[in-house]
Amino acid sequence: METIACSECDLLQHLPELPPGGKARCSRCGYMVATRTADPIDRPLALTLTSLIVLIIANTASLMRLSAVGRHASTTIVGGAYDMWVQGQELTAVIVAFCAVIAPAGYLLFMLTVLLAVRRPPAPQWVGEMMRWAESMQPWSMMEVMLLGILVALIKIAELATVSAGIGMYAVGALVLLFPAIMISFDSDEIWQRVEWADKGAGPTP
Amino acid sequence: MTTTPLTAAQAGLVLCETCDLLSRPASVAEPGYCPRCGAELVWRRHNAIQYTWALVIAAAICYIPANVLPVLSTTALGSTDADTIMGGVIFLYTSGSWPLALIVLIASVMVPLGKLVALTYLLITVQRRSITSNHERTQLYRMVEFIGRWSMLDVFVDTFTVALVQLQPLMSVEPGPGVVFFAAVVVLTMIAAESFDPRLIWDADAGKES
Repeated sequence: METIACSECDLLQHLPELPPGGKARCSRCGYMVATRTADPIDRPLALTLTSLIVLIIANTASLMRLSAVGRHASTTIVGGAYDMWVQGQELTAVIVAFCAVIAPAGYLLFMLTVLLAVRRPPAPQWVGEMMRWAESMQPWSMMEVMLLGILVALIKIAELATVSAGIGMYAVGALVLLFPAIMISFDSDEIWQRVEWADKGAGPTP
Repeated sequence: MTTTPLTAAQAGLVLCETCDLLSRPASVAEPGYCPRCGAELVWRRHNAIQYTWALVIAAAICYIPANVLPVLSTTALGSTDADTIMGGVIFLYTSGSWPLALIVLIASVMVPLGKLVALTYLLITVQRRSITSNHERTQLYRMVEFIGRWSMLDVFVDTFTVALVQLQPLMSVEPGPGVVFFAAVVVLTMIAAESFDPRLIWDADAGKES
């Protein structure tokens, strides 16, 4: 039994020992206060590495091709942001680049660092800092929104010209499945238990 | 799970927002730093209500040009057409793909507006120290957090339409001035939801009991 507080309603409660795969919800507001995953380090690590490779493909291969009256055009994710910049929408270009490339890449790189570093506990303090960065990148990584956006754009353009999906699009589709898989298999509590305390005098469990 | 009808704050304990460690701070006035991860400890997020209000108002202001100004202008065979967000929805509807029109309508028009209304409602009820429908308000907050990102849909649609349809001199698509305001609404409401502290919803309740 461990005493915890719900991070959404601040209620103090006892958390029973959870089996692997177990979840606990706050008894007042229903917030998921704890999840224990079966393999909290190696599985997310494998998924993160896979995602990094797929992310590289998604960013280098062409997303879609257009052909009309004998002329062709194609675009990549970065190409989309770049065109926005060239057309005078610099701020929009930065937001698109951040949500489509920088945040997902940052999230994966920070996660990779954290997951590699905690394999030999106690991990140094900076791992906690990396963890904080990974968590702050997560809401801004919008792969699934981008995929739907690309699909809507494809259907709109299909009215005017012939369009086809490229390899990049399938890679984005794979990432839409991989990102939630990382989040589900990951348990931040497990990471924090392997990180060295900032206040060395204070031991675990107050 | 057993329940003690007591919040961490009432027991003089503070939960670290970064690593979820529950600790007893050195002093009530200045909780200091988390002994485990070193993050600053706060009883409740700093000026949560003021920040959220400021961001919601800024987003509401941007919402007007986002809907009035064109987001895309299409030049085909010498004539130029400018489309607003609603124009894009109507285009999708009239071209026969009504499911897509509905998705874009929900993501681009209803979700941003709904988020602004929901956050305003949460702010007002927290400021009036309302103790009713705490569960529903918590659910509403979670929905705002979860659904917020989907409004970015139209920004991506516009970006990739512009990037792909560049067949000068036959046809080209350029972004309009509305896009940046629309993106600003999404970003501002996402930050607003993050700066709000859902624990405030339950605090009025605790204040009444003690």
